[in-house]
Amino acid sequence: MSDVTLASHAAVRPARKGVSRGALSRLGLGAGLAWLGLAGATALLPEAGDFERTQDFAAIAGVIGFAIAAATLLGLRSSGLARRLRYGAPWLVALALFFLVWELVTAKYQRLPMPFFPPPQAILEVFLDDGARLADSVWHSLLLLVVGYAVGATLGFVLGVAVGWSVLVGYWAHPILRFVGPLPATAWLPIAFFIFPSSWSASTALIALATAFPVTVLTWSGIASVNKGFYDVARTLGAKQSFLILRVAIPAALPHVFVGLFMGLSGSFAVLVVAEMLGVKSGLGWYLQWAQGWAAYANMYAALIVMAVLCSSLITGLFRLRAYLLSWQKGLVQW
Amino acid sequence: MVAAALRAEESARGVGLDVAHVSHAFDLKGVSLPVLDNVSFRVEPGAFVALLGPSGCGKSTLLRLLAGLDAPSAGTVSVDGAGVQGPDPAHVLVFQDPTLFPWRSVARNVALGLEARGLLKTQRYKVAEALELVGLSAFADALPHQLSGGMAQRVALARALVNEPRLFLMDEPLGKLDALTRITMQAELVKLWQRSGFTALLVTHDVEEALMLAQRLIVFSDRPARVRTTFVVDRPYPRHRDDPHLVALRREVLTLLGVEGGS
Ligand SMILES: Nc1ncnc2c1ncn2[C@@H]1O[C@H](COP(=O)(O)OP(=O)(O)OP(=O)(O)O)[C@@H](O)[C@H]1O
Ligand SMILES: [Mg+2]
Repeated sequence: MSDVTLASHAAVRPARKGVSRGALSRLGLGAGLAWLGLAGATALLPEAGDFERTQDFAAIAGVIGFAIAAATLLGLRSSGLARRLRYGAPWLVALALFFLVWELVTAKYQRLPMPFFPPPQAILEVFLDDGARLADSVWHSLLLLVVGYAVGATLGFVLGVAVGWSVLVGYWAHPILRFVGPLPATAWLPIAFFIFPSSWSASTALIALATAFPVTVLTWSGIASVNKGFYDVARTLGAKQSFLILRVAIPAALPHVFVGLFMGLSGSFAVLVVAEMLGVKSGLGWYLQWAQGWAAYANMYAALIVMAVLCSSLITGLFRLRAYLLSWQKGLVQW
Repeated sequence: MVAAALRAEESARGVGLDVAHVSHAFDLKGVSLPVLDNVSFRVEPGAFVALLGPSGCGKSTLLRLLAGLDAPSAGTVSVDGAGVQGPDPAHVLVFQDPTLFPWRSVARNVALGLEARGLLKTQRYKVAEALELVGLSAFADALPHQLSGGMAQRVALARALVNEPRLFLMDEPLGKLDALTRITMQAELVKLWQRSGFTALLVTHDVEEALMLAQRLIVFSDRPARVRTTFVVDRPYPRHRDDPHLVALRREVLTLLGVEGGS
């Protein structure tokens, strides 16, 4: 399935070669200088607006610049560090340039319309001054997402195994899955908010629903596509039904199950944000909504950044779990 | 190293097999494809019988019936006088395709039969013994995709042996081995059979292998398979490839199979 398309990327990862000292010091010092340049430009150029955290932003860029330079010097001795630095240096340079351009077109020369495009120090200001509220939002989002996803993934997995294994369950579940499954979970939102006792439970249910559908379908297809020879082998060796399900069907279907879990997780992010915007008065979705109400654009960007980190970390966690459980597969994709 | 085989208890004796008027057909899109046609033969307890026949004639199908994986369209298969109702852990089939579980290490593949019967805790030592027998102790922790085709076949053999079969059905178990390993494994099989006394049925395309191992050769016709001839190989073990009696018999079998001259 999507494993195949993803797998091709694994082949184009850059080969890990030894790093020559000259190349390392040129790249590392270049990256360090780029960040120091960013720090200098931020601190010294006159500003068009009035930003509280300009000097803090310059200080952070300066610290990063010095850290890169120090790491370069250390890297001349430790080959592990040198390799990582060598690999990351182009990105470090690119990031410094990105921040520099951003800084120049906003705070310094105001080439972008002001309230909509805040400079980096305005976003830093949000993190420093409104961090508590952001952290609280992350906590509430995470709680809602984890509970909903866990419920949905568990139900989807169990249902998928049942549909794939039992003809009777398949007979009844298949038409319902086909009819109801493709409906986007968010379409249930208005109904869910008055069916469920609280908006929190309604949102949990919708996240669970959004997760359960892909997990069910892919678990089912995984179970259905298990090599029948595995069952023959196990049966001749004395396996009972429970062994065939737990030790043969499920492990063999696991690669499919993970595709379903991945799709479910991506889908649950969308439902989470919408549910928080429309119903639950907490979490990152609500924070975005609230920031929009106050025209606090820097807060919105800050929330988006936090959301990206959160979603990316969760996906990374899922891929780690997959790499651990499916380490027997050849050519597994690294996230 | 073959301590498992040495523990030939009473229960590990071979079974008697009775195949009576067995016919089998597959349904291919509404068309019936006859594969076995009135096949009958008996195998005495503890005998070693080789099955030979052209590709696609129905040998693997027959072994599946004997293992209780499928029921014949007509006729009966009985083991020690009782009709075969389904798979039995003492009647083990080594499949033509090794079909190792890719998510399990070699040792855990071999342990499958013990695990399925809840005996892993008490009899784990049998796994190492079986792996040693097929010469793969060093690969206990390898994954199936790290093995060669011949190694995978040997793992499948070890996985079957762990169950201490009383009826041992083998579908070209040595088909992918190189000539040298093959000869070694043939000798091991004979020793194992002599020690543990199971009843053995071996499907093979290699007439020489059949003659080296079996007491009786059953030759099948083209599909649908019928029993064409039976050869009795009345020679003591260990046998030698250049035994004039075997050489003559080999020529005879090959001539029957249509390979004229049989060099
Ligand atoms: N599950 C099945 N459904 C339909 N036809 C089948 C099935 N299994 C086997 N056949 C057919 O039955 C015939 C005999 O197959 P079988 O695998 O028993 O042959 P074989 O004697 O073992 O051949 P080989 O020596 O090549 O392994 C073949 O023509 C095959 O196409
Ligand atoms: Mg076959």
